[in-house]
Formats: sequence, C-alpha cells, structure tokens
Amino acid sequence: MSVTHLAPSSRSRAHAASSISISDVSHTYGARTAGGMLALDGINLDIGDGEFHCLLGPSGCGKSTLLYLIGGFIPVQAGVISTSAGPVTAPGPDRSIVFQNFALFPWKTVKDNVLYGLKKAGIAGPEREQRAQRYIDMVHLTGFENAYPSQLSGGMQQRAAIARTLAVDPGILLMDEPFGALDAQTRRVMQEELRTIWRDSRKTVVFVTHDVQEAVFLADRISIMSARPGRIQHVIDVDLPKERGEEILENRDFIGLSEHIWRLVREQAVAATRGAH
Amino acid sequence: MSDVLAGGRGRGRVGPSLSYAVVNTVVRFAPLLLLALGWEFLGLSGLVSRQMLPGLGEIFAAFSDMLFGGDLLYNTMRSVSRAAAGLGAAVAVGIAAGLLMASFRPVRLLINPVVQIFYPMPKSALIPVVMIWLGLGDSSKILLIFLGCLLPVVVGTYNGARGVNPFLLWSAASLGASRFDVLREVVLRGAMPDILNGCRTALAFSFILMVSSEFVIATDGVGFMISSLGDGGQYPAMFAAIFFVAGIGFAADRLYALLSRRLLRWREA
Repeated sequence: MSVTHLAPSSRSRAHAASSISISDVSHTYGARTAGGMLALDGINLDIGDGEFHCLLGPSGCGKSTLLYLIGGFIPVQAGVISTSAGPVTAPGPDRSIVFQNFALFPWKTVKDNVLYGLKKAGIAGPEREQRAQRYIDMVHLTGFENAYPSQLSGGMQQRAAIARTLAVDPGILLMDEPFGALDAQTRRVMQEELRTIWRDSRKTVVFVTHDVQEAVFLADRISIMSARPGRIQHVIDVDLPKERGEEILENRDFIGLSEHIWRLVREQAVAATRGAH
Repeated sequence: MSDVLAGGRGRGRVGPSLSYAVVNTVVRFAPLLLLALGWEFLGLSGLVSRQMLPGLGEIFAAFSDMLFGGDLLYNTMRSVSRAAAGLGAAVAVGIAAGLLMASFRPVRLLINPVVQIFYPMPKSALIPVVMIWLGLGDSSKILLIFLGCLLPVVVGTYNGARGVNPFLLWSAASLGASRFDVLREVVLRGAMPDILNGCRTALAFSFILMVSSEFVIATDGVGFMISSLGDGGQYPAMFAAIFFVAGIGFAADRLYALLSRRLLRWREA
C-alpha cells in the first residue's frame, strides 16, 4: 500500500489537526421529561493534537453519545466541548465521522460518495477528481469507483466510507465502532490500515469501541468509561511502539496491557450488571 | 415497489432469450384473451343482450370511426391535460409539504391532523363542492384532481423522509452540507422510493377523478363522451371509449413504472 502521498497538500484546504478539550460535560436523554436518563456525568478529557484516542467501555456507557457531542450532532447540554477552532456547536467537515453501519449514500456510486464532501468544500475540476481517486486507491477500492454500496461487501463499504471521510481532510476523525460490523479477518486488516493512515496523515482520531484488543492495538491513550451514568474511570497511556503490525499481538507488553485493561473494563461491566438489579 | 399487471422488478436482469420473452408475453396476456373470448361467448349465447355486451368487432369499428372522426382524440387531450395539470400541481405541492412536515415539528403538528381526517375521504364527494366554487370550466376539475392526488404524495413523501437513515443526515452534515443541502440531497433522495410510490397512487387517482368528474361537470373530455354515448344508446362507441381510456391509463402506469425503475437503479444494483 502506498500512502506516502497522504500528507495534506498545501492547496487542498486541509483542516489542521486539532486538539479537543472536554470540560464538565453531562448529558441527559429525555431531559425534558421526568424519567430522563443521565447518559454522561461530568466528563473531563483533553485529547492532544494528532493523538489516537480510544473511548472504551461496555455498551450503554455513553461513549457514542460523547462522540456525537464532539461531532456536534447532538447539542451540548452542560459543559463545554471545544477544538482548536473554538467551541463545538454544529457538525462540520473539520470533525468528520465514520459510523458503524457505514452510512454511505446508497443512491451514489463509490466515487460520487467520495466526491460529495469535496464538492461541499468547493474543490473543483481535475483536483477534485484526482483527490477522490487518490483516496479510493488508498483504501484499495480501485476498479470499484462506479459500484453502488449495495454491490460491495461490508468491509469494502467501510473502506469507501473511510475514503469519503478522509477526502475532506478533517483535522479530527471521529469513528463510531467502525469495524464492529465486520468479520474478524477483515477487522484485523482494517485496523492495521487505519493505523498506517493515521500515522501518515497525522490526524487527531477519537475511536469508540468495546473491543479491548482493538483499543490497545490502535490507541495512544485509552479512556475507560463506566456504564450509566457514563463517567471516565481511567485514562491509560498505551506505551507501545508506534509501528504496530501483526507481530505486536504477541508482544508481552501488549498482552499485559490488554489484560490489565480487560480487568478494568470487566469491573465496570460487572458493576453495571449489579446496578441493574 | 408493487407492480400491477406485470413482472416484478428484476425481470430482464439477465437478458432472457427471445423465445422466453415471447412465451412470457403470451402467458402474461392470456387472461385478457380469455376475458375477450368470454365476452364474445356471453354475447353470442344470448344470455346477455347484445346491447349490454356489443360484439368486439362492433366496438372496434366504432373505435376506428371515433379515432378518425376526430372527437375521441380531442376529448382525450382535453381530459389528459386536466389530469396532468392537477397531478403535476399535486406532486409539486405534495412533495414540498411532505418534506416540510418531516423536517419541522410545527408544520407537522399543523398539517398532520388535516391529512389524517381527509385521507380516507372519497375525493369524488368533492365534485359538487368544486363545481360551486369554480363553476363548470377546466379549473373545477383541475382543482378536484389536485385535491385527490395531493394526499398520497404528501403521505408518501412524509413517510419516506421520516424513514431516511438518520446517520445519512449526520454524515452529510459532517461532510460540510448545509441544512438545505441535507434536505434536498439526502432527505429528498432517500425518500424517493416512497415518493414514487405515492405518485403512482396519485396517477391512478387522477384518472379516476378525471373520468368521474367529467360525468358530472363537463362539456367535453373522455368522461363526458362516455356518459353522453351511453345516454344516446351508442353502446359500441361507449365501450370503445371506455377501453381506450383504460388503455391510456395502463400505458401511463407502465411508463411511470419504467421511469421510477430508472430513478431507483441504485436499489437493484
């Protein structure tokens, strides 16, 4: 895979990589009714410029909610979320997102999906075409430019969605369990590719997952969240080599850290189950 | 997409051989042939008077007289242009209303009860009303067709727009789309299958209302022609006009199905 050309070019209207600052953010679903559910409680977190950060926790811990708040998809009720560009108030191409179920436009071909954000950015003519092609090539979908999403496998659809998101060159890349719907083999390949893409494009990534191994493999830092209400219980530095391939799965530090984190997550999951009784 | 009187979607995907296509066509139209045979048999057997079921030959002769005599085509044009005006307006207004209802809560609260109440009402009940409002001219029939066709389009658009995957809206927004872009490029496109179904129902309604309104309030048009031929006892000509308008309706529906299949190519892929 050739990714050396991925560094944003000066004329491509790149959004500069950005830090994220989350202070005292709480979120209640159904806040206007009596039975509102507190999903996030007093979240404080700073994510550095160019950091790969994983939000890890059992289902129902509010990790996706936190991601959607950063994305500006749901309004911040309490607290402040800001990036280098200022406080987050609405969605924008500086914080583009990849969803678990791809969310490709089903009526557009792969190429037209990738072109969509570039058109919105006002990039025209041959540069637009070249840039779309570059990202399609990068995710190994060369030859599938004119295929509709329904003609592609899950892994290919997710590659297309990643290409569409990367093409707008967001400073912050938000990923909501992007590999959750893929089979184990494909997931492994995609994780390695994402690592490479991230390393070469120097973006800030916020990646939501409930898979401990995935988090350890990908992240610089991991936030472990508790369930209902979602709180950040631990923030863990992943002190592993930057270069991570298949071989790291047998690295003793990798295994040790995974087990340590697994125990911490398990505590949260068990607590959540008890809390439910 | 429900497909009346024809093969389901996906037909022809693998390019069937010519003989297969011929057999297929024969099988598909065999029931019509049986119906024609039954018609002739009933007429010839004397069980039913020849007046009530004229022979198909007589009907065909009356048809060619009317066709070349001129007034069938003229009346058809008059009718179809009214239907097209009413239907066109209903599609434009209905899509806009449905999108606004789906996107804005106040609009939904305002329009939804009105839709609920008027949806099941037979629109032909409005024939006297539009006559009082707008008289006997074209405008009363166009209004009737507009009113009759409006709700299926509104309901189709509304349901379709509400059913669009919300993650598509978020994706578009995070790729830099404005709210208006999202409405036009994602909600409208995503709702298209349901919109097209609503419009197809509206197309059928437009034919029903076109003919039935002309029975009551008209001095020309196919409906007027059918009722005046019936009144004058010219039954073969009356049946010829009925079959002709049925054929036009069928052709319009097939044309529409073809068009929507082109628009929804991405679903079959």
